[in-house]
Amino acid sequence: MMDRRLIENFDWSIIWVLFAIISIGLLSIYSALYVQIQAHPTNNLFLRQLVWLAVGMTVMCCSLFIDYQRLRSISPWVYGFVLLLLLVVMVAGKEVNGSRRWLEIAGFQFQPSEFMKVVIVLQLAGYFSSQDVPGYPSLGKLILPVCFTIAPVLLVLAEPDLGTAISILAISTTIIFYVGIRWKYLAIGALSLLPFLVPVWEHALKPYQKRRILILLRPDLDPLGAGYHIRQSKIAIGSGMLWGKGFLNGTQNKLHFLPEKHTDFIFSVWAEEWGFVGSAVLILLFCLLIFLTLRVAGRSRDRYGSLIVIGMSAYILWQAIINIGMVIGLLPVVGITLPFVSYGGSSLITLCFAIGMIENVSMRRYVFQTR
Amino acid sequence: MKNKKPVGLKIINWESTETVSFQRQHIALYGILLIFLTIYLLRLWHLQVLEGSSYRFQSENNRIRIEEISSPRGIIFDRAGVPIVENRPAYHLVIIREDIRDLDGTIRELARLCERNPDDFFATVEANRTTPKFMPLRLASDLDRDCLARIEAQRIRLPGVVIQLEPKREYKWNGTAAHLVGYLSEITEADFKSEKYQGYYPGEDIGKVGVESAFEQYLHGKRGGRQVEVDAVGRRIRLLDEVLPISGRNLWLTLDMDLQRTAESLLEGKTGAIVAVDPRDGSVLAFACSPTFDQEKFIRGLKKDEWNALTKDPSRPLLNRGSGAAYPPGSTYKAFVAIGALKEGAITPTSTFNCPGYLQYGDRKYRCWRDAGHGGVDVERAIIQSCDVFFYNTGLKLGVDKLAQYANMFGLGERTGIGLYGEHPGLIPTSWWKKQATGVPWQRGETISISIGQGFDLVTPLQMAMGYAAVANNGKLWYPYVVKRIEGSTSDEIAEIKPRLKRKIPLEQRYFDLVKKGLTGVVESPGGTAHAIRDPAYQTAGKTGTAQVVGVAQGANRKLLEKLTKAKDKDHAWFVGYAPAGDPEICVAAILEHGGHGASAAAPLVQKVIQAHLKGKTDK
Repeated sequence: MMDRRLIENFDWSIIWVLFAIISIGLLSIYSALYVQIQAHPTNNLFLRQLVWLAVGMTVMCCSLFIDYQRLRSISPWVYGFVLLLLLVVMVAGKEVNGSRRWLEIAGFQFQPSEFMKVVIVLQLAGYFSSQDVPGYPSLGKLILPVCFTIAPVLLVLAEPDLGTAISILAISTTIIFYVGIRWKYLAIGALSLLPFLVPVWEHALKPYQKRRILILLRPDLDPLGAGYHIRQSKIAIGSGMLWGKGFLNGTQNKLHFLPEKHTDFIFSVWAEEWGFVGSAVLILLFCLLIFLTLRVAGRSRDRYGSLIVIGMSAYILWQAIINIGMVIGLLPVVGITLPFVSYGGSSLITLCFAIGMIENVSMRRYVFQTR
Repeated sequence: MKNKKPVGLKIINWESTETVSFQRQHIALYGILLIFLTIYLLRLWHLQVLEGSSYRFQSENNRIRIEEISSPRGIIFDRAGVPIVENRPAYHLVIIREDIRDLDGTIRELARLCERNPDDFFATVEANRTTPKFMPLRLASDLDRDCLARIEAQRIRLPGVVIQLEPKREYKWNGTAAHLVGYLSEITEADFKSEKYQGYYPGEDIGKVGVESAFEQYLHGKRGGRQVEVDAVGRRIRLLDEVLPISGRNLWLTLDMDLQRTAESLLEGKTGAIVAVDPRDGSVLAFACSPTFDQEKFIRGLKKDEWNALTKDPSRPLLNRGSGAAYPPGSTYKAFVAIGALKEGAITPTSTFNCPGYLQYGDRKYRCWRDAGHGGVDVERAIIQSCDVFFYNTGLKLGVDKLAQYANMFGLGERTGIGLYGEHPGLIPTSWWKKQATGVPWQRGETISISIGQGFDLVTPLQMAMGYAAVANNGKLWYPYVVKRIEGSTSDEIAEIKPRLKRKIPLEQRYFDLVKKGLTGVVESPGGTAHAIRDPAYQTAGKTGTAQVVGVAQGANRKLLEKLTKAKDKDHAWFVGYAPAGDPEICVAAILEHGGHGASAAAPLVQKVIQAHLKGKTDK
């Protein structure tokens, strides 16, 4: 059943902004991988990213057609399934650089933890929009959503993948905050976390993670060790100056001074070659995207849809904030990619699904519902 | 909406309180967005616009490395083109800390490969903590072959580790002509600041003493440099700019390496010097000092205790005995006394003095070396037999200031001008000098001592060689010179150094002829003091000298005394000679500290040098 209103309420502005961001992403990945592309014109990560993009677009289109209301009933099952996958990863995951994040099925590698970022949104949105949970829920009503969040966060931390854990935590917190949380609960939550701070610092964090946090405070302590990444990133961004060094002319990028340049530090590649003007444009595009999605949340038909959009929007928002914050040296270096810009299949597909869900809610925002 | 409910559809209303509360959250989210937008844009403005040029500079620093291209120092050849001092490649272990991720691990690995103590390396790194991280830092100098091979094999795994090639001095005959050639040592802080060493880099070697120092400006080339673009692990991507080094100029010495080696072998185990010059132009043919020192040691870097050992060694190996040390000339001085006395009319060619074996002056007896005396001798015989009493009388007639005037005329008492560091001017006393130096007026008795080259008289072997050369060539006093050609990299950059006449000594030929006849007689006539060294192949002229180190008591038995004297109190043995006597080609001065008699100790050495020179020439 294709309603005319479905198409009328499709928010094209989101799609245009999204395409602009994706284009910037492709340009940056092309530049970051230029050496590889020259060496292997037919088999490189840039082409693979294009494939991922096609898959992502397909996922986005598919996600438009199912009324999001139907997800309410299946989301607990999906949540459980992805949680199970995270357990499988712990046992059978592929180890890269000392952490198990990847599952390999039929030659394709993917990160279940990426999918958890959207699944948790559906799960929490479903919980908070059920009839017996009011706005500003009581403490008792918060126990379950906290458990929904803590379970995947712990599993992801064990991989270890601090970045994804922080993402999931940030998404959940935003949803709970949006539903409404009383100040005293917030205070209780913060206080109850405090005793964990020291043991987490002492035991849960790897030495390199601790160093990265310390380095943020004093980046010049160890310019060749833990501070190296952030220092090189700042040099790359700063050396772009107002107008940038020009496409494919970034020396920090080309001469491999930038670490993880096609994933975590893709923003630095862009900022080096396009300068302040380019980076400001990218940041404003992100703001515009978030603004547009928040607008969808505000106009959505019901609380469920609204919370889905808020969750998906928070996913994009926090990843962008943390990633850019870390490459410009304001936040510690944790492995979080820049949405739609960084290279990465699982992430891109999940993000496309998120946009699909937002459009899904937007399309069905008319206040009438079939009985 | 209240009364007209469409069939089949249900209105879903937000609870009124909920809408309001959600709006608050909405605004809060916009607020968060705005806050981050502002902070990030300000941060980017700060990084890219305010600090942009500084970061641009750092990114250039990141990618651009300045590499030095060291310039080889000029080679030093002997007069025939035999290299005396060459260059060899030395390999230094250098790290660029900026390119090293794991400094500790890298240093430990390098120490293991070099079989050195890692603490030394850590100390070097610690000492250079404040120098920029992109500057190359030398951990070890002059690696040996095995160590070099081990490091090269591991280089791929060790980013930021560089092997730096630098030409180093190589001494083909270590210690040969060391005092003349000199040595190198690393430029000191004080030198580095001085005008002379402008444009030098820290860590460069500069010449110390000898030709290495005197011709520093020619020998030292100019370092070149290279600007290369490197990637994050220090691999060279491309060459951006290059300034080629200018290599130092080569020097051709006047030295004859064969003669030098002969002279040095003659001095082996002895303390003294042999200086051979060409009386026709003043060029130095041999310049041997003994004991000598190890020049290589300076290249490797002298440790403090090694330096102390070298400077405190009682045999003073660093002393340049050829031109940097002065000795009483003894009887070798007599030739100049004779020529002055003839010119001044104090004596005539035929005037004689009677030598009873001593000269009574006041209440003191001045002895002749021959206790039995020489009887009546004229100037020629006095030279041949080295009669002291003849010259006591002559000296007394001339007086101290006239003696000094003629000695000065032949270059004694002044620096020869060879241009080497630390030349000793010697000392030829005058009455004025004595008054100035000691406050006591000149005593006539002292004139007696100085007329036979004792007392205050001090000369260097080089001065003696040059002075006798001036006698041999009938009055041409040359500046001695050791470098005859300065050779650049192209043929039009060759400068030949011309002999320079210091002065023409204004004396009549007949005086020269007479004195030279005497000097020839010293070797050639049967009564001559050095007749034993005669070589029938050519005529040799010369003069023996035995310079007292310790004053001999009045009336002491000399023969007995000689036997009792300890080695360190023995007389200095001199001989200065030239050959062939008629047309001199070489003039040699030799001194042996505490060598005993000039005739028996020094004269044979001189003759061997002369033989080597004249024979060597006919062989060639």
